[in-house]
Amino acid sequence: MIIDKILPKNPIPFMSYSRITLYISIVLMVVSAVLFFTIGLNYGIDFKGGTLVQVQAKQGDVNIAQLRKVVNNLNLGDTQIQHFGNEQEAIIRIEQQIGGDNAQQQAIAVIKSALSDSYTFRRVEVVGPTISSELIYHGTLAVLIAILAILIYIWLRFEWQFGVCAVVTLTHDVILTIGVFSILQLEFTISVIAAILTIIGYSLNDTVVVYDRIRENLGKYLKMPLPELMNNAINKTLSRTLLTSLTTLLALFVLYIFGGEVLRGFSFAMIWGVIVGTYSSIFFASPLLEIIGIDTNTLIDEKKPSQYPF
Amino acid sequence: MLQFSLLKKLVILCVCLTGVYFSLPNLFSESFLQNQNILPQSTLKLGLDLQGGSHILLGVDKQAVAEEIQDEIIDQVRAVFRKERIAFRNLGVNKTDVRDGIAPVNITIAKASLFNTAYEALQENIPIVDTGVGSVLQNQAYLFSVEQNPAQQKITLYVNPLALNNKVSQAVSQSIEIIRRRIDELGTNEPIIQRNGFDRILVQVPGLQSPDRLKTILGKTAKLTFHSAHPKQTAEQAERRGAPAGYQLYPFVEDSKRKLLLRKRAKLSGQHLVDAQAAVDQRNGEIVVNFRLDVAGGTIFRRLTEENLGKPLAIVMDGRVISAPTIQAVITSSGVISGNFTTEEANQLAILLRAGALPAPLITLEERTVGASLGSDSIAAGKIAGLLSFLCVAIFIIINYRLLGFFAFFSLVVNLTLIIGFLSLLQATLTLPGIAGIILTVGMAVDANVLIFERIKEELKMNKQTVVAMDSGYRLAFATILDANITTFIAAMALILLGSGPVRGFAITLGIGIITSVFTAYMLTRYITVTWFRIRRPEKLHL
Repeated sequence: MIIDKILPKNPIPFMSYSRITLYISIVLMVVSAVLFFTIGLNYGIDFKGGTLVQVQAKQGDVNIAQLRKVVNNLNLGDTQIQHFGNEQEAIIRIEQQIGGDNAQQQAIAVIKSALSDSYTFRRVEVVGPTISSELIYHGTLAVLIAILAILIYIWLRFEWQFGVCAVVTLTHDVILTIGVFSILQLEFTISVIAAILTIIGYSLNDTVVVYDRIRENLGKYLKMPLPELMNNAINKTLSRTLLTSLTTLLALFVLYIFGGEVLRGFSFAMIWGVIVGTYSSIFFASPLLEIIGIDTNTLIDEKKPSQYPF
Repeated sequence: MLQFSLLKKLVILCVCLTGVYFSLPNLFSESFLQNQNILPQSTLKLGLDLQGGSHILLGVDKQAVAEEIQDEIIDQVRAVFRKERIAFRNLGVNKTDVRDGIAPVNITIAKASLFNTAYEALQENIPIVDTGVGSVLQNQAYLFSVEQNPAQQKITLYVNPLALNNKVSQAVSQSIEIIRRRIDELGTNEPIIQRNGFDRILVQVPGLQSPDRLKTILGKTAKLTFHSAHPKQTAEQAERRGAPAGYQLYPFVEDSKRKLLLRKRAKLSGQHLVDAQAAVDQRNGEIVVNFRLDVAGGTIFRRLTEENLGKPLAIVMDGRVISAPTIQAVITSSGVISGNFTTEEANQLAILLRAGALPAPLITLEERTVGASLGSDSIAAGKIAGLLSFLCVAIFIIINYRLLGFFAFFSLVVNLTLIIGFLSLLQATLTLPGIAGIILTVGMAVDANVLIFERIKEELKMNKQTVVAMDSGYRLAFATILDANITTFIAAMALILLGSGPVRGFAITLGIGIITSVFTAYMLTRYITVTWFRIRRPEKLHL
């Protein structure tokens, strides 16, 4: 058992650092928020509208400088050109054209006629202003609905304090993910939203495991002070928390390295989210619960051993 | 915990076998599957991002539909006032006063004394419906209200927004049929053409090598009309002085600077067309499009050619002149369109004419096209990533938990089989993010096992008997497993709300993955562990 050999024999006093870790988390959240409102996210065409073209040189490598010259002569406004995955391929991003949905189509026609002699088109994505604003709306809505539904579920399964703290914890993870995408200026696409929603699920998964143990401990150790009881819960679940994070990270790193360029943004967001989610379930969720406080009396009666439903 | 009822065993066995049964076809080639009748035919349905293809979301041009309605109202108003002999001016659309997405029609009455008569005449003769869509349909009415401003002698006619929506919705229904006919001519396999919301059409065409052709034939309204030219004035004169009433300048398709002054009202339109074929003109080898007209169209055409013998008749498509040949003889049921076509252009025109004109122009709102080569590259990358992540996780879990880890590994294999089986059975689309979802499931699926094993280990540390430890391990871990997975499941369901193709694929695989991993960890691994335990009766568990 590897994990047992790595972890120290005695329980780690996580809760004695609770104030510090809580402050660190708050500072990180504030920094992320500041980054989001100052630098902002590097929105992909899903949310900004515009055109994305992935080209492959028919012969040899893509000469970015030359390609840039050709594209700039087309007067399509702000364009970004960079290698994609390997030297033979490049990706061209063209900003949203003025003049609505039809103008986007004209832009892509212009690009195609200019480049089709020396490049093959592997991928073309055109998102008009109508769809991009809808995707922003639906993306935000999906995240909010997920958070709300989870809040209700946790509320039903636990006390309201757990529900609120769990939701604050996952909001913490989401904010930190947005922060890292702001500072690194990584492209923020619809698949990153998918990653964020999965992070919400994953982070909650971790938090719920710890909270579950806290609730169990509340019934078991009636006299134990809250911080000690929480510390016990975190330590008891620590090897599981680390193991699951490790296997998930293993799969994600493989995906990041071998899954191809298209999935890189997604897998990066997931890797970051799993790390942050693991951190927050240990260092943020319980300190937060301690501050909000639990009414221990209400819980004792409800503690009953669960039976096999299956 | 150690007792598994017969029913429970059967359920576990059935689920596993069903999964295997439906995932098996994916191992064989298509031709093999067609020549047997033991295995199901359906394999994994690949999304457009994996097999290559085009996803195009079209929207009806609402503005164009609005203009059509406004034109009709203007025609109606003009007819009413002509009949009542009321002089008017400034009949037109007031673009500064848009209500519910459509601008009203304005008119100024010339004589103040006739204002009331005019207002009443309009109210009497043009149906006004200010209630639900049902009565809009029934009365075929466009108007919502008529407002008067006697001081300026102005009357404003507001359009009922329901009438606009209704017309847009009708346009979508008609367009779907026409688009299907056009795409069928391209000879692609299994295109998906469906309504998306009330004003949109989703077109998905897999495996198309050149999506440009698809877009060209989707982008054209293909409204074919025949117009007579102005008897005296030339286009140059009209350009200087402005077109006379009822006439308009039409640019040529080939060269938009060249224009013709044509009568606005078409003499004949493409709806009378029954067939169109590209052909080579025997006389001069030019590529042309032959067309045939129905009986009604033939009658109109004969009159038209009789009246215009020796004069040019312009053939106009979507407001642009294809050609304007001089009528040499009276023509009835069939004719020829020439216009310096290439074979490709002539074929395309013939396709468009055969399929019919769209009731309104369509706008491309979103396009996502993936080449087949990129698709197969993605599949290859997905396979490697999937296999490697599976191996890494398997090795890790076996090293960590030894024999129990091996059981967990086995249920991971079953888990993957179940996911693939269910995806094939439900014919859910597997996209590239969907593959990512499966890989993620591989990483997360062991969680349930880890939770149980860790719990058993804890119980063992309290010096409990192995049987008791295993029993309470499974029992205590169950609630946690359920809570943890339901929350992730909620997130996956929220993702389905996002609706967009590839991401939806991710949500589906994630959702299925959660269900199968809970099943395999809690039912299958437990069953295997228990069976092993009953046979071997080990003194100690190596965890």
